[in-house]
Amino acid sequence: MSKLHVSTTVNGDAVEYLCDPRETLLDCLRDKLNLTGSKEGCGTGDCGACSVTVDGRLICSCLMLGAEAEGKEIETVEGIADGDVLHPLQKKMIEYAALQCGICTPGILVAAKSLLEKNPDPSEEETRYWLAGNLCRCTGYDKIIRAVMDTAADLREAS
Amino acid sequence: MVEVHLWSGLRSLTGGCQVVEVNASTTGEILRELVRAHPQLQAPIDAGVSIAIDGRVISSGLTEPVPDGSEVYLMQRLRGG
Amino acid sequence: MALDDRKSEFSFVGTRPNRPDGLDKVTGRAKFGADITAPGMLHGAILRSPHAHARIVKIDTSKAEAHKDVKAVITRADFAEVPFRPGLEGEFWNVLENVMAGEKALYDGHAVAAVAATTALAARDALKLIAVDYEVLPHVTDVDKAMAPDAPVIRDGAADYSVPAGMHPNVVRYHESGHGDVEAGFAEADLVIEDSFATEATHQGYIEPHACLGAMGSDGKGELWCTTQGHWIAQKTCAALLGIETSQLRVTASEIGGGFGGKTTVFIEPVALALSRKANRPVKIVMTRSEVFRATGPTASASMDVKIGMKKDGTIAAAQGVFRLQGGAFPGAPGDMTAMCAFAPYNLSNVRQIGYDVMSNRPKQAAYRAPGAPMGAFAVESVIDELCKKLGLDPIEVRLKNAAHEGTRASYGPRFERIGLVETLEAAKAHPHYAAPLKPGQGRGISCGFWFNHGGETSVSLALSEDGSAQLMVGTPDVGGSRASMALMAAEVLGIPYENIRVTIADTATLGYNDVSHGSRVTYASGLATIEAARHAVEKLCERAASKWDIPVEAVKWDNGCAVPSGPNAGTFEPLPLADITAEMGATGGPISGHFEATPEGAGVSFGTHIVDAEVDPETGKTSIIRYTVIQDAGKAIHPTYVEGQYQGGAAQGIGWALNEEYIYGDDGRLQNSIFLDYRIPVASDLPMIDTVIVEVPNPGHPFGVRGVGETGIVPPLAAIANAVSHAAGVRMRQLPMSPPRILAALKDNG
Repeated sequence: MSKLHVSTTVNGDAVEYLCDPRETLLDCLRDKLNLTGSKEGCGTGDCGACSVTVDGRLICSCLMLGAEAEGKEIETVEGIADGDVLHPLQKKMIEYAALQCGICTPGILVAAKSLLEKNPDPSEEETRYWLAGNLCRCTGYDKIIRAVMDTAADLREAS
Repeated sequence: MVEVHLWSGLRSLTGGCQVVEVNASTTGEILRELVRAHPQLQAPIDAGVSIAIDGRVISSGLTEPVPDGSEVYLMQRLRGG
Repeated sequence: MALDDRKSEFSFVGTRPNRPDGLDKVTGRAKFGADITAPGMLHGAILRSPHAHARIVKIDTSKAEAHKDVKAVITRADFAEVPFRPGLEGEFWNVLENVMAGEKALYDGHAVAAVAATTALAARDALKLIAVDYEVLPHVTDVDKAMAPDAPVIRDGAADYSVPAGMHPNVVRYHESGHGDVEAGFAEADLVIEDSFATEATHQGYIEPHACLGAMGSDGKGELWCTTQGHWIAQKTCAALLGIETSQLRVTASEIGGGFGGKTTVFIEPVALALSRKANRPVKIVMTRSEVFRATGPTASASMDVKIGMKKDGTIAAAQGVFRLQGGAFPGAPGDMTAMCAFAPYNLSNVRQIGYDVMSNRPKQAAYRAPGAPMGAFAVESVIDELCKKLGLDPIEVRLKNAAHEGTRASYGPRFERIGLVETLEAAKAHPHYAAPLKPGQGRGISCGFWFNHGGETSVSLALSEDGSAQLMVGTPDVGGSRASMALMAAEVLGIPYENIRVTIADTATLGYNDVSHGSRVTYASGLATIEAARHAVEKLCERAASKWDIPVEAVKWDNGCAVPSGPNAGTFEPLPLADITAEMGATGGPISGHFEATPEGAGVSFGTHIVDAEVDPETGKTSIIRYTVIQDAGKAIHPTYVEGQYQGGAAQGIGWALNEEYIYGDDGRLQNSIFLDYRIPVASDLPMIDTVIVEVPNPGHPFGVRGVGETGIVPPLAAIANAVSHAAGVRMRQLPMSPPRILAALKDNG
């Protein structure tokens, strides 16, 4: 089966890859571009560990084909920090110990950032429902929810 | 001399005996002496046992001292997750 | 005593600094199991049985081998011969048989062959070219049916010495213990309740599937990278299964994306190494989620009968339990642990407990957080709750009245050392949650829980650098922030800042043997070893200072990161900071390091008490958890935030087990729900905030008083939630999970 040539933008960088038509965007990010921050926890869109944004929209990259990324703007966990300056969400996740093993953390960060861009003042319930697509088995979500809501409060105060 | 209390499931291997008196000053000697007294106890010991000395559970060490007159319980080897 | 009331005698221990691996984990830089590549790497894939029980008549691999992208195909013949022994004595054989089927496929998902190909897609495609002739056999997946006289025999000869004559060959281990006279005790009781309970198998549900990269050369040397809770056990097991020397295989543990007991053994690692040996190239294998569910170790399912007699004043007169645990097609279901833990919170004169380990056509169970304990607690604490209800007694008062304390003869035999159960119950009684009003349709549940905790073989090495910083090498994979705890304990002893200590999880070639990160042992045992290794280094630092000052070493003590003269004849010298000593260490005797190698034997048992409020919707049968409070004895919390995290995580997993999670098998013996959509673990919108109270009753077996905290937190939730739901719904729930259909059925039966 011949491969497809894809030109796309990831975290602001123009990139190209050749992919099998069956390979997912997640496969391409991880295996072609060495962006292994996005994780495959399920491959069926249930766990959210592979969350990225495509043209600003939050998706599971295991549910999108690599070939569909042509001409898109993709943002992954590797693009959240501004150089050596961590995003407030990243800082707060560490400070709150909102991760134990850390495998879900990239997806949680991408999803939470997307939430705060759309809703700078989410209630606890809104935060919980927005993150309901991101499974975490270690924390019971308590510290994650607190970290996200506290970051939102900080950002509101700063703006 | 120390009295070693077995779990009741082992009575079938000791002719109904649940307390065995042995001459031992370490956990390893206890196991050796138990087998000397009741050879069939080799099987549970091979499968894995822990020894509690005055309430302190020794999960696998054979060199732990056993003071005379200690309360000693043989236990199944503990496993964790 | 609750944590916040206590003044600390420590400088670093008990503080809450950021974890050292935080940056890597929030930027995507941390390397987990699947994040590795190697030059020339192949991708492996495993062919799995679609049958629950089948004789493997023939495997034809010729078409797969002829495929242009395929570099190796293996079956059981490509592994070493390992001797079979009954029970758990032949665990290497059991693991080998599980890793790659021999004569029979024993469960849906059992590995039967594997391929390595140039791409992951090609490997997956090539599996379809392998032809397996199966002779399908009758199967059984239910624990009670597997014990029945007409049940299909999984494997003759697997039962060990402990099984009484006349039992079905699927019963492979038997445990019986207790003390007193239960019949006499029941006769003295004012009320006796006997009831039966069942729990389904659940999966540890770590978000990171198993992944590894194996490389074996023709020189018999190998390298393995894998996500594991214990790389030394992986090394030992893989070496045995491949027939190589242990020391010739070097194993590096990746960052681990959750384990909870499920990554304490091997599944794909020996397969990758065997493929690599045949192909002469590195081979990477990453499991799919469906493979994780079908073919790694879920916990055991259980069927239990519990009988408890109580006096009118709440005294438990006698208690008896029979616990039947199904652990898949191999010995190992922790029926013995269930039996030993079930009544452990209580001071009982008459107690008897029996545990069975039963095989069925399911995947080999693996440890899951306090393996065996949650099921037993569910049954026992449900009966105690029912007794309290019928006798009109307060559930915390009754537990306090019967609570085990220092000197109590444990249900499993010996007397307890200092324990903290009473303190957790007192804290529960005093907690605002216990007095908070409930709304109609809501119920409140209480449960206690017990777990043994574990020590295990431990090696730690600490090396000082010339600039006065320290590198600490431990061998227990960090599953939840333990590098932070280790650095805190080392900082406490050395008296240098937390940030100046770099903690690394060493590979098997650079440190002595370490038992697995299990049994809640890491902060206890690796922590103890870290303290002792740091003390060892401090001894040497004091020797250098003594030599410099020309005074006896006994006249030097270590204080706040400096050597200082001490005692009447020590003389007067300015404190000598650690960095001043290390700056000269090359010329004053050589590098300064500290070591500790031992098997610490003082883990100290652990207790917790949980309070939960639940609301049941009578229309849909859906349960909502309204409020949850975890109270648990940590001995001493080294990093309290991560202790809270363990409590919250244990409770959340317990909520999933109680309400949603279960292995569902069809009549064909196939697993029906092998993806997260159908095996639904709690999501953020399912849960409330989870309050925690850290009780600290120091463990005499640890220099700083630490008790492990990782496992006990999953013991009380099943019962606490079942009690809350039973009160809310007005009907006793005896089977887990309490899914909406089960609750609706119970409500209907109750009229």
